[in-house]
Amino acid sequence: MTALVEPQPVQAEGHGLGPKRVVGGALQPTLDELSRPGRASAMVPHPSSDALERIPASQRRSGGLGLPELNEPEVVRHFVNLSQLNYSIDTGFYPLGSCTMKYNPKINEWAARLPGFAALHPLAPDAAAQGTLELLWELEQWLIEISGMKAVTLQPAAGAQGELTGILMIRAYHLARGDTARTEVIVPDSSHGTNPATASMAGFKTVTVKSTAEGQVDLEALRAALGPQTAAVMLTNPSTLGMFEKQIEQLLDAVHGAGALAYMDGANMNAILGKFRPGEAGFDVMHFNTHKTFSTPHGGGGPGAGPVAVGDKLLPFLPWPRVLRNGEGFRLERAGERPTSIGRVRSYQGSVGVLVRAYAYLLAHGAEGLIEVSEDAVLAANYLRSRLAGTFEMPFAQVSKHEFVASASAIKKRTGVRMLDIAKRLIDYGFHPPTIYFPLTVDECMLVEPTETESVETLDAFAEALISIVAEADSYPQLLHDAPHDSPVRRLDEATAARQPDLRWRPMTGAEPVCPQ
Amino acid sequence: MTYGPHTPADREWMLGALGVDSIDALFADIPVAVRAHGLDVPHGLDELSLSRRLELLAGRNRTDLVSFLGAGAYRHHIPATVDQILSRGEFYTAYTPYQPEISQGTLQTIYEYQSLIAQLTGLDIVSASHYDGAAATAEAALMTVRATRRDRVLVSRAVHRHFVDTTRTYFEGGRLELDELPTLPDGTTDLGALERELADAARPVAGVILGQPNAFGILENMADAARLAHAAGALFVAAVEPVSLAVLAPPADYGADIAVGEGQPLGIPLQYGGPYLGLLCARADLVRQVPGRLVGRTTDVDGRRAFVMTLRAREQDIRRDKAASNICTNQALCALAATVYIATLGPHGLRDVAALGAARAKQLEDALGAVGVSRIHSGPYLNEFAVRVPGARRVHATLVERGFVAGLPLADWYPDDPALEDALLLCATEVTTDDDIARFATALREVTR
Amino acid sequence: MQVPDDLRYTQDHEWLRIEGNEAVVGITEYAATQLGDIVFVELPATGTALDAAQAFGVIESVKTASDLFAPAAGEIIAINESLADKPELVNDDPYGEGWMVRLKLSDPAAVAAPSDHLMDPDSYRKLVEAG
Repeated sequence: MTALVEPQPVQAEGHGLGPKRVVGGALQPTLDELSRPGRASAMVPHPSSDALERIPASQRRSGGLGLPELNEPEVVRHFVNLSQLNYSIDTGFYPLGSCTMKYNPKINEWAARLPGFAALHPLAPDAAAQGTLELLWELEQWLIEISGMKAVTLQPAAGAQGELTGILMIRAYHLARGDTARTEVIVPDSSHGTNPATASMAGFKTVTVKSTAEGQVDLEALRAALGPQTAAVMLTNPSTLGMFEKQIEQLLDAVHGAGALAYMDGANMNAILGKFRPGEAGFDVMHFNTHKTFSTPHGGGGPGAGPVAVGDKLLPFLPWPRVLRNGEGFRLERAGERPTSIGRVRSYQGSVGVLVRAYAYLLAHGAEGLIEVSEDAVLAANYLRSRLAGTFEMPFAQVSKHEFVASASAIKKRTGVRMLDIAKRLIDYGFHPPTIYFPLTVDECMLVEPTETESVETLDAFAEALISIVAEADSYPQLLHDAPHDSPVRRLDEATAARQPDLRWRPMTGAEPVCPQ
Repeated sequence: MTYGPHTPADREWMLGALGVDSIDALFADIPVAVRAHGLDVPHGLDELSLSRRLELLAGRNRTDLVSFLGAGAYRHHIPATVDQILSRGEFYTAYTPYQPEISQGTLQTIYEYQSLIAQLTGLDIVSASHYDGAAATAEAALMTVRATRRDRVLVSRAVHRHFVDTTRTYFEGGRLELDELPTLPDGTTDLGALERELADAARPVAGVILGQPNAFGILENMADAARLAHAAGALFVAAVEPVSLAVLAPPADYGADIAVGEGQPLGIPLQYGGPYLGLLCARADLVRQVPGRLVGRTTDVDGRRAFVMTLRAREQDIRRDKAASNICTNQALCALAATVYIATLGPHGLRDVAALGAARAKQLEDALGAVGVSRIHSGPYLNEFAVRVPGARRVHATLVERGFVAGLPLADWYPDDPALEDALLLCATEVTTDDDIARFATALREVTR
Repeated sequence: MQVPDDLRYTQDHEWLRIEGNEAVVGITEYAATQLGDIVFVELPATGTALDAAQAFGVIESVKTASDLFAPAAGEIIAINESLADKPELVNDDPYGEGWMVRLKLSDPAAVAAPSDHLMDPDSYRKLVEAG
């Protein structure tokens, strides 16, 4: 296993460096600061000077555009240098709970860029789009099998949009039955913030149900909250605390007994591929996050995709248009072909470029590969948890699935050091911090998800780094309060950023003189 | 194949550390009755076999056809810099920049994106992107409702059909009204009808949405529409095409409170529909109504300039059921593409792209006129317009067989409008060639004879 | 931890200073510390009528946003305009310059004596110490 370099002791003002800096780029000026009048690269030919004369003057832009002027080498250097200020999966370990930061396979990047896929117009006639239509149809079949549901829509552009799609379908379902009394959606207190936000967007009131001390949904509390006013219950399984809901059968029975539908937030599918099929178990609808379970890149915050799978009850309400088989080929549903649909949730067919990557991922893994993903993800999480059990409080006794919660509550009482400080100090050790302060139900918590693509050496190095940091908390707490010490920028003044928002550079007139640096 | 590193020895080691002898022990928490028994999907593929399957599928798409299809997604030359930068793992395999100290790359590029789009639209608040133009439009409509506390939004029927449909779906969640405004024979929105709707005191209007150019490619009288909206206490939302902003008056100049649009033309390939880039911009005083992420400039403890996600208390993870929107991901990598695109082209390059499209479109109009095919609408256009071709759908299908995509049959979007039954919506961009136009005109003449 | 003796307190950590038929409302030092650096305070317009315990605004810090609840029923006759430019006044002087709204009380007699809803300083201190 890797040997850990001892951190330097605290100097007079707390400038103890960490053992490993992995993000080491140089700060860069912004594009407007680099701009110099006249710099350009010829990307397209020049049009004739009268090309715009037929546009009425009142509708034409008067005055300069005021955009930065750089030539190509400068543009490239600017963005390459900026990239070196980023941590990424390709850089190092990224154990963010609830995000599933697994390796992004490079063949998927190649696939999405194939001109046959990349250059296809979204409104191309079906006859011209048979390759993509077949890919989408086949991807739906894979997701149907994985989810245990009956049908899939690939339209939603993200998990949150998938949630909205699911809840809107549930709304349509109840209205179609003539039931207008169902105005509430129940979510557990540990739920991801998108769940109640989605319920509100769809016009429902959110009712929150507390978890038990063991971190499970409180069945009695759920039963008490359920009634003829409940449209749906949104559950994450495994939960956001990284544990399987052992009473899932009783929970689903209670939901259906009240005439409500059960939505599964599929963010944590990485733990249960081939082990638990939500549709088979009784969920009515679920969404996937392709950028979590199926390795599509996070891109610094997107794009992702949020396919939604449904059982028989919600099938009539799926967004339009669906992809259908047409003899030997495939076609899109025609207008008016399925009037019960909730309509469109986005333009065109969906984030197809992302879906191509998910498709490639699934085909590469196959049945055995996907099961291996979940088994290794769960094994790694439990292994890492066992390595840290002596250092952090583990609030729950139940076996973890693909992620676990640990608390620094006792460390804070003992040393004054908070989980935030520990997280920031991890940066000095060359790691991206785990998710902190989510879920909201555990004090001073971190949520750690190693994923299946990290080696035992990496897991051990991470555990040793945390153990070392907690030792630092006892001896040099100020070192942690001031961390990180060795990153391109250190702790930021977020209060001023919010009080006096500076959200864009100074407007440019298009006649900027040379900017002094 | 899989991408995990664990050998049987590794697994044995970890199981040993846990004191269990098989992985099944770690799945014993799943009740027996709901345990799945494997997956009925094919076996995994090695990379060579996988690449063959993907090439086969890609090869079945007809991207060789000469296309005049626009309708919200446009073929442009994408500078080689864009894909090179997007292919850097530090950008595309990074997560949301919640730890700003090690995410300055992502954060600064988003700040630059916000600044560039603010510069193009003249509206200072630019959210760090929505899923697509349709979602941005829906969010903007909801913003007008929140800001004015009114329940009704008017949208021109000449706004992109998918934007309208998506907004309608989002509106289903509340007791909100979305009404469409008619258009005139010249292709512009009927402002007389707008004035009448705004005058309905029983149903006050929160927002008015028009496209520029609109879905027929026609340029609208945006300043007049904005004046009417404001006089009635409503907000004015402009749905704009970003490349056109290089040559058309920006939304701030004609009084838009909010601007939305599809950012795909800014360096993002067509990809059969996504991932795309939803632009959403607003006047400064609407900042707290703007959903989604915002990146701001600040300093660190040592005084260095740095960037950070800000005004986050408005977002879903904090406000939960009171959040303005449930949006979580933004299209960060697509915003990066737009930033690199605009940086590479510069102001002159972007103007050239827009002007070339306009020139090609005029050339197309003239070539079609010479074979007896003329425009339906008389209003001014930039690079997209609708022509009348009797039997449009049949002609369209025949032309596909001959190697052309004759734009979009507008009956697809307006099935109940007899005036558009024979309409084809055509566009040209800087990648359209003389040869494309000449051969298309010839083919069209032959097919319509 | 400052808990001035001339104020009443709610479970949600608002304070009320009764001045005859009017009352001034703010949040306590404990609440301000819990929230962290305040970045924005959203207040309703003057003239707004409030029921007791009704949500009347939002207080935003860097990391969180919390609703503000009316300690007593009344009509808002003034709001603290300084908070628009200097929300940090809530952190710096929560009982003084960080005041939020002034109410004309609907029922001054109802708030005359302390109750479970409007605690005296000692009861509030106990609440805060309990954690």
